[in-house]
Amino acid sequence: MSAQMRLEASETVSTLRTMQSGQIAAPRSHEVDSRVAALRRIAVVPALNEEDSIAGVIAEIRAADPGFEVIVVDDGSKDRTAQVAAAAGAHVVRHPYNLGIGGAVQTGLQYARDHGFDIAVQVDGDAQHDPAEIELLLEPIVEGRADLVVGSRFLGEHKYHAPFARLVGIKLFAALVSLIVRQKVTDTTSGFRAVNRRGILLFAADYPHDYPEVEANVLVFKHRLRLTEVPVCMRSRTTGASSITFRMSAYYMIKVTLALFVGLFRRSPTPLEEK
Amino acid sequence: MTPTPIRVSIAASIAAILLLFVIFELIRSRRLQERYALLWLLTGIVTLVLAAWRGALGKLSETLGVSYPPSMLFLATGFFVLVLLLHYSTVISRLSDQNRILAQRLALLEGRIREEGASTPAEE
Repeated sequence: MSAQMRLEASETVSTLRTMQSGQIAAPRSHEVDSRVAALRRIAVVPALNEEDSIAGVIAEIRAADPGFEVIVVDDGSKDRTAQVAAAAGAHVVRHPYNLGIGGAVQTGLQYARDHGFDIAVQVDGDAQHDPAEIELLLEPIVEGRADLVVGSRFLGEHKYHAPFARLVGIKLFAALVSLIVRQKVTDTTSGFRAVNRRGILLFAADYPHDYPEVEANVLVFKHRLRLTEVPVCMRSRTTGASSITFRMSAYYMIKVTLALFVGLFRRSPTPLEEK
Repeated sequence: MTPTPIRVSIAASIAAILLLFVIFELIRSRRLQERYALLWLLTGIVTLVLAAWRGALGKLSETLGVSYPPSMLFLATGFFVLVLLLHYSTVISRLSDQNRILAQRLALLEGRIREEGASTPAEE
């Protein structure tokens, strides 16, 4: 099937979805909803040993917006994450060995690039992001206000409780990144984010690997893409352990700071333009 | 300034010749690629020249203000080892980058094959 045909087919499907979502009680204004429905959208779920929570995450994404396709990137799991995800109806790609969260997200975005998706939302496989809030992330993109939208735990009324040391680290990075990108950024470590086609192309070609969330903000700024934050409410995790707790040491903070400054001066390949 | 003891010159020259011999042998048996051997060869040759040519070592240490010429020999080889290490760090970085790209391509290709394999019978 040619790319052209696939595109037309997907538009037909999207139109059908628009009608469906119009009949079912739409939680938000209809205008935004139909504009979202016209876009091909995919949820990128990086997962490492998440067999207990992955099926729930996939089901919740589908429940929040049936038009979403889901790609689970199994980053070298030792358990049945990939099988469970495939059984739950997601597309699955498996790394032959662990590449880290940055590599996993990039693989998912490469999938989104290769299959012509317009919007990609990153949702962690450990169920700490609430898929019901995905539409909040999409709003600035469909309104053409942003290329990357980050769900921030520190905007709005939602109170995010974290150990003092981690809070200090997060605030410090937020201040540092805000300074670099000349824009107020409140949450630099949030993995709940959405990108449009431009963002997909950029990150598929070049995505930071060591400390992806923090560095991605700077990368986006360097490529003159627009970054916006929206308030979200993270859930406390039901399974697994935070990767931040041990990372948020003084060592981690020094490394990220160094990576940020090096990243500022690093040469970056420009993303390939759409043919 | 203390002149270089003759025994130091002889021992260092023998060590440098041995090093060069091992490098040649590794290249000859294809266990070391030429592109990675160049810096090693340079290290061996510089060490040999400074060890055997006592006048040059004396002149160099005088210029740099090193009062004991054998230290100069040590310093010169140490510098080249640092350059070698840095060079290998760039090689490792490049390899791990290529390694990641390979893993990603493999994952995407495997995924595509699996999905096509799963969808082909259904379409019939």
